[in-house]
Amino acid sequence: MDPLLIKAIIVLIIFAITLLVATYSTWGERKVAAFLQDRVGPNRAGPGGLLQPLADAVKMFMKEEIIPSVSNKWLFILGPCISMLTALMTGVVIPWGGDITLGGQTFNLQIVDLNIGILYLFGVVSLGVYGIMIGGWASNNKYSLLGAIRASSQMISYEIAMGLAIIALVMTTGTLSLKEIVQQQDAGFANIVYQPLGFVIFLICAFAETNRAPFDLPECETELIGGYHTEYSSMKLGFFLFAEYINMFISSAVIVSFYFGGYNFPFQHELGLEGNWLTIVQTIVFFMKVLGFVFFFFWVRWTLPRFRYDQLMNLGWKVLLPLALVNIFITGLTMWFLGKI
Amino acid sequence: MSISQYIFWFLSFVALISALMVVFSKSPVYSVLSLIMTFFAIAGHYLLLSAQFLAAVHIIVYAGAIMVLFLYVIMMLNLNKEAEPHKKPYIQIISFVAIGLLMVTLIGTLKEAEAIAPSNIANNVGGIGTVEQLGKVLFNQFLLPFEISSILFLSAMVGAVYLSKKNLQ
Repeated sequence: MDPLLIKAIIVLIIFAITLLVATYSTWGERKVAAFLQDRVGPNRAGPGGLLQPLADAVKMFMKEEIIPSVSNKWLFILGPCISMLTALMTGVVIPWGGDITLGGQTFNLQIVDLNIGILYLFGVVSLGVYGIMIGGWASNNKYSLLGAIRASSQMISYEIAMGLAIIALVMTTGTLSLKEIVQQQDAGFANIVYQPLGFVIFLICAFAETNRAPFDLPECETELIGGYHTEYSSMKLGFFLFAEYINMFISSAVIVSFYFGGYNFPFQHELGLEGNWLTIVQTIVFFMKVLGFVFFFFWVRWTLPRFRYDQLMNLGWKVLLPLALVNIFITGLTMWFLGKI
Repeated sequence: MSISQYIFWFLSFVALISALMVVFSKSPVYSVLSLIMTFFAIAGHYLLLSAQFLAAVHIIVYAGAIMVLFLYVIMMLNLNKEAEPHKKPYIQIISFVAIGLLMVTLIGTLKEAEAIAPSNIANNVGGIGTVEQLGKVLFNQFLLPFEISSILFLSAMVGAVYLSKKNLQ
């Protein structure tokens, strides 16, 4: 078969899986929240509330769509589109599994292996804030504007610590390609062994970048009604909320690829599996790890209270940034003593 | 024409149109958004020249960080009024001359740029823009200018932090 066609099919499958996981994350989040608060959670639509996401989608589509008359119409529509676009673009460089052989041809389950994969990821993440900023500003609402401004300053602040945490990782792995990082962890230990501090910094920054509690200041409902999406209704609101779930899923995938061995698992070559079967098991293991981190996102959200805004900024600039610099310094020193540079 | 030529013309068209939009649009927010479009078109040009690293860094630094701050300031100060005070004619002439001189300097520099092209990438044409090549050139041949420019950035950062301190003596 044509390699391009195969790539197109892989793109479609990953697109569908991303949307499916994001859809069922909404259900999962409500179930986890219910469990942590000693409630039942959604249980009316389908067995165990499994059809709840469908009902939510129907509700979102059927609601009246309101564009405020004093808003900037085009930018108002553009905001959620950019949020959704940048959220979906990040999945391109993630290695979802190893090679698969079909009819004598071998395909990789990664959409494209960029040799600057990490930088691509970082670039797309840094563009994600535009959706929120443009949407919040175009609404012509004070609360939306405050949410947008909070989102932008928060993202800028935490991107720095995140980038520095990644630099330490790049120092130990010596590559910018996600596929190579994952393959290196097959031979040695998972990267969390080498970069424990970097992992903690990256994890905290991932929470901040996805605007999840305890960092959900941009949409903090007790102060700002709905933050940047106060004026949004119908599926445009749905896009904003959906983009957040996609971001959460992709961030979990990135964390797993960077620090937890990606699709590798211990003793995978002693199982006696080969070729396609090994790849399938690896992909299943990868998704289990990713869903574990998605659960962690829920768990934190329903456990910790929200930060105050000055606490958030202090944490970003006065704790995480120096820690990330110290991490780079320690990494460099260790590598020097071990004779790796 | 080959496909890369089509892409080149398309990107140049987008870059020029959005650069003109930066100057001519009345709302500062539209100016910033068009400037982001320009940066994307230029990043596309870098990709055509197989300089992926430069393209990625261009997007991260300019579109991802600097323009976010621009947009942040414009939104926070609510600069969206179209009735900006008209500048005096002599100020316009001065700025025109200054920008013209800057352009002449840039063109002059770029014409001479070929003379100092790094020597060790000439024999590796395929991977000019890769991270490995760029790193080797920057940290061997151009180490001193690289470090000096980083010190320049550091001093600018220290200056900005000092100015933003509330209780200046």
